[in-house]
Amino acid sequence: MGAKTLYDKLWDAHVVETDENGAALLYIDRQLVHEVTSPQAFEGLRLAGRRPWRTDSHLAVPDHNVPTRDLHEGITDPVSRIQVETLDQHCSDFGITLFRMADPRQGIVHVIGAEQGFTLPGATLVCGDSHTSTHGAFGALAFGIGTSEVEHVLATQTLIQRKSKTLLISVDGEVGPGITAKDIVLAIIGEIGTAGGTGSVIEFAGEAIRALSMEGRMTVCNMAIEAGARAGLIGVDEKTIAYLRGRPYAPSGELFERAADQWRTLVSDPGAHFDRVVRIDAACILPQVTWGTSPEMVAPVGARVPNPADQSDPVKAEGMRRALEYMGLEPGTAITEIRPDKIFIGSCTNSRIEDLRAAAAVVKGRKVAAGIQLALVVPGSGLVKAQAEAEGLDRIFVEAGFEWREPGCSMCLAMNADRLEPGERCASTSNRNFEGRQGQGGRTHLVSPAMAAAAAVTGHFIDVRQL
Amino acid sequence: MEPFKNFTGLLAPLDRANVDTDAIIPKQFLKSIARTGFGPYLFDELRYLDHGEPGMDCSHRPLNPEFVLNDPRYQNADILLARENFGCGSSREHAPWALADYGFRVILAPSFADIFFNNCFKNGLLPIVLAADVIDDLFGQAYGPEALRLRVDLPAQQLTLVSRGERIAFEVDPGHKDRLLKGLDDIGVTLSRADAIRAYEARRGVEAPWLFFSAS
Ligand code: SF4
Repeated sequence: MGAKTLYDKLWDAHVVETDENGAALLYIDRQLVHEVTSPQAFEGLRLAGRRPWRTDSHLAVPDHNVPTRDLHEGITDPVSRIQVETLDQHCSDFGITLFRMADPRQGIVHVIGAEQGFTLPGATLVCGDSHTSTHGAFGALAFGIGTSEVEHVLATQTLIQRKSKTLLISVDGEVGPGITAKDIVLAIIGEIGTAGGTGSVIEFAGEAIRALSMEGRMTVCNMAIEAGARAGLIGVDEKTIAYLRGRPYAPSGELFERAADQWRTLVSDPGAHFDRVVRIDAACILPQVTWGTSPEMVAPVGARVPNPADQSDPVKAEGMRRALEYMGLEPGTAITEIRPDKIFIGSCTNSRIEDLRAAAAVVKGRKVAAGIQLALVVPGSGLVKAQAEAEGLDRIFVEAGFEWREPGCSMCLAMNADRLEPGERCASTSNRNFEGRQGQGGRTHLVSPAMAAAAAVTGHFIDVRQL
Repeated sequence: MEPFKNFTGLLAPLDRANVDTDAIIPKQFLKSIARTGFGPYLFDELRYLDHGEPGMDCSHRPLNPEFVLNDPRYQNADILLARENFGCGSSREHAPWALADYGFRVILAPSFADIFFNNCFKNGLLPIVLAADVIDDLFGQAYGPEALRLRVDLPAQQLTLVSRGERIAFEVDPGHKDRLLKGLDDIGVTLSRADAIRAYEARRGVEAPWLFFSAS
């Protein structure tokens, strides 16, 4: 058989059959469902008189539209409310487990999947959302799909797929103190570009990746999609197994031990062939800040905003010029001179307990700077929120002048009331800095939670290691 | 899906190139939770003089008299005649949903955007590519005093102009043809492999039983 990559192993274990054109029918073990991309899938099922193939393999939760405060008033925007109510209705009609808005386990679909142990190593997991790549941190094959495919999975527990190419990104050596998972993944995207992973599944490996906690690994895999990849993957190790022990949807007792033995084999074999390999020296990674309207437009915090005139590729230069104009930035400006109006700590990239701890450690004993109009902390789930409150993190944030909110996607994509106004600048721990992503005309700088906290307390970007 | 049956239908000519999915169904309608009900908003910006929003009652909206679907001759059209690169832009499935919901069953054009073309088959619509001169000729006839009626015969891959008896052959991928004729969508086709899926589950359930458990 020869040496196999982790991707090969996951793929081979899920092929039901391959047709004469080489398309595989791939078995899907798990589907996460949220309110925005599922309604037509459920309706399609109903119109065709079909039932879900397996109801126990899906878990639904509203997240994109949920308000992050005054929850007792319900959702005031009628369009958002209908989407959430429709999800409730479909789940009860079709017998699918749903964490409702008021459930303490409610939260961002990608945060709760892992938190519940719904995401398991060796599984295939899909969701009608591109950041499904997050779950690859567990050695699961996880990717985003469209609405017709959501319906296809509901009805058949499979998808028709073709195998992707493989890209190994090895982050070798150790990162310096104070460098986080977010800095690592932003540096990777800065290096390979937003199309660097196109058509591929990226496996992240190397000492620096191994050294990350599960939360950090999820941050890295979450942004694999921003590098254009179909999915991100990290091999299983003892951290993966320790994280899953005792989670509600994970196996328990003797079965857990049996599963864990199998999970330990979910790594790429030595000598396995990858279509492409990229090596990055961890020691060179510095705290990162994006300056443009694409995640690849990123620089170390000590750098200056680049000059399009120095770019030899005219198409790229034009893209930079447009980005700088949109961002309201001059070439040559020191990144540390950029002053955000708002701070957003949250999203499926960085809203887990470790992220909140990192931000709170910076904020503790300090105040939000006078120039900051709003500093938000939005935990990724009700359970993260409860844990943070048990540790007293909420008080640290509130005393400093942050708002402590209810879980949801919030200002990551501004589908609820949390958004930027035109021209406003935000230090955000989310994953996309596209034009208008956080509100029409809003300007997003992607950073780690610690860097966002540092910007909040000083009023400008600053190397958090200098605080 | 309903099997695709031969029919004789009325043709409406939409004489513009590069009609994108945002023109077919504007983005504000994507907030909808349904996959049906888009018909009244099909080509919303071209069809009405006011700005459309989801949920609006379209029966009282001011119609654009210049737009072909508002012409009395083309009411209840089921065949759309279009120009090149029809359906370009985003991959939204709302575009074929809206066309099908309006009542179109066949679209004729010299070329289609790729994703749109495939999305049509998933939703029971038959897009047909015809040579540019054939399309030109159809446009010429469609504007005559008598609206053009065509007989669509999918098994024979043939269109017949009812008035002149003239026949036009067309190509269609055999897999797509088979699915349309049997009324099979991708899901239907996959479900025909249900035994293989169950056999996989039986095997996998032994290897990795924890993937088949619900919450404890
Ligand atoms: S937090 Fe943002 S990126 Fe993540 S699922 Fe929600 S909207 Fe998408």
